[in-house]
Amino acid sequence: MNRIATIFATLKSQDRKALIPFITAGDPDPSMTVPLMHEMVKAGVDVIELGVPFSDPMADGPTIQRSSERALKHHVSLRDVFGMVSEFRKTDANTPVVLMGYANPIEAMGYEAFATKAKASGIDGVLTVDYPPEESSAWVAQLNKQGIDAIFLMSPTTLQSRMQHVAKLAQGYVYYVSLKGVTGASNLNLVEVADMMAQLRENISIPIGVGFGIRDGETAKAVSELADAVVVGSRIIEEIEQSSKADILFNVSKLLSTLRHAIDEK
Amino acid sequence: MNVYDLPDEKGHFGPYGGVFVAETLISALDDLRAQYEHYRNDPDFQAEFAYELKHYVGRPSPIYHAKRWSEHLGGAQILLKREDLNHTGAHKVNNTIGQALLARRMGKSRVIAETGAGQHGVATATVAARYGMECVVYMGSEDIRRQATNVYRMKLLGATVIPVESGSKTLKDALNEAMRDWVTNVEDTFYIIGTVAGPHPYPMMVRDFQTVIGEESKVQMQEQFGRQPDVLIACVGGGSNAIGLFYPYINEENVRMIGAEAAGKGLDTGQHAATLMTGVPGVLHGNRTYLIQDENGQIVETHSVSAGLDYPGVGPEHAWLKDIGRAEYAAVTDDEALEAFHALCRYEGIMPALESSHALAYAAKYAPTLSKDKLLLINLSGRGDKDMATVAQMSGLAL
Repeated sequence: MNRIATIFATLKSQDRKALIPFITAGDPDPSMTVPLMHEMVKAGVDVIELGVPFSDPMADGPTIQRSSERALKHHVSLRDVFGMVSEFRKTDANTPVVLMGYANPIEAMGYEAFATKAKASGIDGVLTVDYPPEESSAWVAQLNKQGIDAIFLMSPTTLQSRMQHVAKLAQGYVYYVSLKGVTGASNLNLVEVADMMAQLRENISIPIGVGFGIRDGETAKAVSELADAVVVGSRIIEEIEQSSKADILFNVSKLLSTLRHAIDEK
Repeated sequence: MNVYDLPDEKGHFGPYGGVFVAETLISALDDLRAQYEHYRNDPDFQAEFAYELKHYVGRPSPIYHAKRWSEHLGGAQILLKREDLNHTGAHKVNNTIGQALLARRMGKSRVIAETGAGQHGVATATVAARYGMECVVYMGSEDIRRQATNVYRMKLLGATVIPVESGSKTLKDALNEAMRDWVTNVEDTFYIIGTVAGPHPYPMMVRDFQTVIGEESKVQMQEQFGRQPDVLIACVGGGSNAIGLFYPYINEENVRMIGAEAAGKGLDTGQHAATLMTGVPGVLHGNRTYLIQDENGQIVETHSVSAGLDYPGVGPEHAWLKDIGRAEYAAVTDDEALEAFHALCRYEGIMPALESSHALAYAAKYAPTLSKDKLLLINLSGRGDKDMATVAQMSGLAL
């Protein structure tokens, strides 16, 4: 079993749900990323989604756009992100790391080179926003050759008929985007999420994470009752943005501990 | 050559095109494709489109023989396809009418658009007013500053213009923001993309609406000159006016096609927008195509005196036509385009858009190398009134 499957199996046996934070690699500067990753693990997260900064983040709201811009001011490239994960792996062999980003940096590197380097640096899964399953067969084949999970999105507009098709390619976990909109939106509708989760469960056997619109213990708790994993991104980036550099680790850790306790509360 | 029949059903032109978008947009694009497939073969839809082009836009646009300028250049004859005479002053309206008619049939009450120079924004605001739809136009704040007249024009037409402050604050960022709006309001909103780029079916659909340019040309050339042109020349930013002229000629092997890209301050300065000349393939804005990017796959800021050509991508069909050698692409600098702008004003009494001036500038270099019996058909894609302030500024004057 790979790291992602292992963590979800362990959580299931404990009747617990996963907490998955998203941060952008290199935000606010490259020296902060690895310490942040370790700090988040200490605060009780189960999987880390690490954003690869991109000049044109079309599916992201203003908060994550700004994080990408801050990282790009430091010229953080895909190669740098691999370096950060290798560094993280020196002292953490267990926490799964999933890269999340856009297609073009991968296109520029090439599928095979990307997959080989990702494997060597200890990356477990990759979610590329603008590689939908229709355009992904060669891409998934290269990832699978290296034993890396190809993670796909589902959304409120995904039809039942399509879920089965996506389910055939999806590995690790499925990321359900809880609302129609970009990251950082706040119009989460839990009744709609519950309806969709029922449909998703009928078609998908791997764990399902829910992200978009989760901002506090209350929403995290509510979503954890429906899903296998709770994904939080923009709220963490806001914390990074609003903290002085010296306080970032403390404040992010505090936020994640609050979410962790809310999710674990029975 | 085999008969050209692209894109395939998944929207691919060879390795280019396709559907590279976030999951939330997939069902909207599936729906759009199905509806468009239906209406492109629907006689009522086509009849209404033709009626609007004739009575609202003023088509057909003439082909004009620029005799005095041809004589001055001393070579091939320069013929101009006068898209500048369309209502709103450019070819853009052909496409916005087509998409707005489709939006109405799909029951969408709100249209959104991205714009660079403002021409597509104006063309979208125009048809939204014509059909009584709500219209929101995204425009980079840098472009808003450069194109104040067009911003006011859109507002007069009832559109809401939203400034985009992210990234380079230009066309590509306006496109990102329009995509974000679409993903949020996908149920009631129709996204009217202004060029032959974006996810399938846009490159095909926009091309189809613009082919009226080439279809008319074929008839007019036969009527006026008894034969088809030797060479077609059009400027290429995203490439919609070029594909509109080229596409009906693709299977006519004897007709050369040349696209003129923006070389800005020069291809070796890094300040240009010549995507096909200097870019490498990648994925942006929903399709795979040539892109101006750095070695890490980040999109690089472009430059052209013409805001309508100032874009780091290009339509995927042009990428394919370049690779298979069916069309050729060249680049024209800001200065060369400006010189052609002045030449057409002085020799023909026609003020061309700075975008179209790139095609004219290439023709001015090429025509003298050919004999006088050769015919060059140039797409004069828009008029230059919008560019007077820019031209004055480049000539050291303030209006």
